[in-house]
Amino acid sequence: MPLPRLIPCLDVAHGRVVKGVSFVGLRDVGDPVELAQFYSDGGADELVFLDIAATPEDSSTMTSVVAQVADVLEIPFTVGGGVRSVEDASRIIEAGADRVSLNSAALADPSLITAIASRFGSQAVVVAIDAGDGVVHSHGGRVATEIRTVPWGVEACERGAGEILLTSIRQDGQRTGFDLELTRAVRDAVSIPVIASGGAGSAAHVAAALRVADAALVASIVHENPGGLAGLRREIEHEGITLRPLKERHG
Amino acid sequence: MNDVVVVVDYGAGNTRSVRAALTHLGRESVVTSEPQAIREAAFVILPGVGSARSAMDHLNGSGAASALTERNQEGGAILGICLGLQLAMERSEEDGGVSGLALLSGEVVRLHETRVPRLGWSVVEPWGEAFYFAHSYAVRSRDAIASVDGVTVAVRRDAFLGVQFHPEKSGPAGLEFLDQCLSLV
Repeated sequence: MPLPRLIPCLDVAHGRVVKGVSFVGLRDVGDPVELAQFYSDGGADELVFLDIAATPEDSSTMTSVVAQVADVLEIPFTVGGGVRSVEDASRIIEAGADRVSLNSAALADPSLITAIASRFGSQAVVVAIDAGDGVVHSHGGRVATEIRTVPWGVEACERGAGEILLTSIRQDGQRTGFDLELTRAVRDAVSIPVIASGGAGSAAHVAAALRVADAALVASIVHENPGGLAGLRREIEHEGITLRPLKERHG
Repeated sequence: MNDVVVVVDYGAGNTRSVRAALTHLGRESVVTSEPQAIREAAFVILPGVGSARSAMDHLNGSGAASALTERNQEGGAILGICLGLQLAMERSEEDGGVSGLALLSGEVVRLHETRVPRLGWSVVEPWGEAFYFAHSYAVRSRDAIASVDGVTVAVRRDAFLGVQFHPEKSGPAGLEFLDQCLSLV
């Protein structure tokens, strides 16, 4: 088993990082490239960029952000939001992203998962599931569908997804801990890795999630204090979770 | 001979990250499938993302496959990364069976683990360093030199070195690894 991963998630709109307030030590708090580098230096195992505006006019802006990030970042990153076709996925991967994350578009047309996986491999396809009250929600969690969460996870896996990014809508932004029951139910049903998301408020919460899932997504807990990422890693390790050993940068 | 590193193009993504890492190390690079460039470069990197069959089709079609074979026979350094390592073997189970470049003896088989793909960081033994992996297939070869959980993750024979992990995505450890590979030439 690979080591559990800690993954900061950056929300991007119109090419700028939004949300998060006190970014001490940064010249420009909205610059995705600078923030990505900052988190990478702080020990992030991977990053997720979510284009939360994702209007068609934004797609070229996002592609240029992805290319700039790829030129400075030496850790893997996933890009989600606005990926609606194989062409969208291809544009983002060719710009340097390691993986794309599909959400509403995969619900509307599940064959998109297979189409992208057969071109770039399953490891390049993340299916994001926003779950609440047992069902999957689309359009950024705003629209409840009739699709049950666990069976949709199984279908995504069977169709070629390489990972599931599972967000509990109820827990998201609450900072009261992850929905471990939901995470366990989905992870037990699939044979691909699962990223737990929604609810990180402390190192103990993240450690609990990493006992159930393969990775944990963190947002507000690190955005409020990006310089605290290294400290968060140490606290998670004090909770008994082994993260990857970090290597000092030379030169 | 010149100092430029050739990153072999076979129509899949990810060459950008490899070039970025090389730039970081102060090395000039070019992405091409041109046989003469592959034969004459100081160092060649065969990167890796995509499917084995379409990669081999591209390499055969462009003449890059025979240039890589010639280069290897003449002792020219080649670093295979992820799929690039797998393409160097004799054959792969992927896509219903694909013939590889056969620069080394061995085969590529599907990972038999609870969760596939294997995604994330693992400490490579005997090197004791953590690198980033993203793969569903792995090599079996008598030229193995490093492993993770009993799975071969690096092979070496003559001037060919292949690694299953992504040094260009493995932070400072990955850059240092790449730098060491380049300095062997």
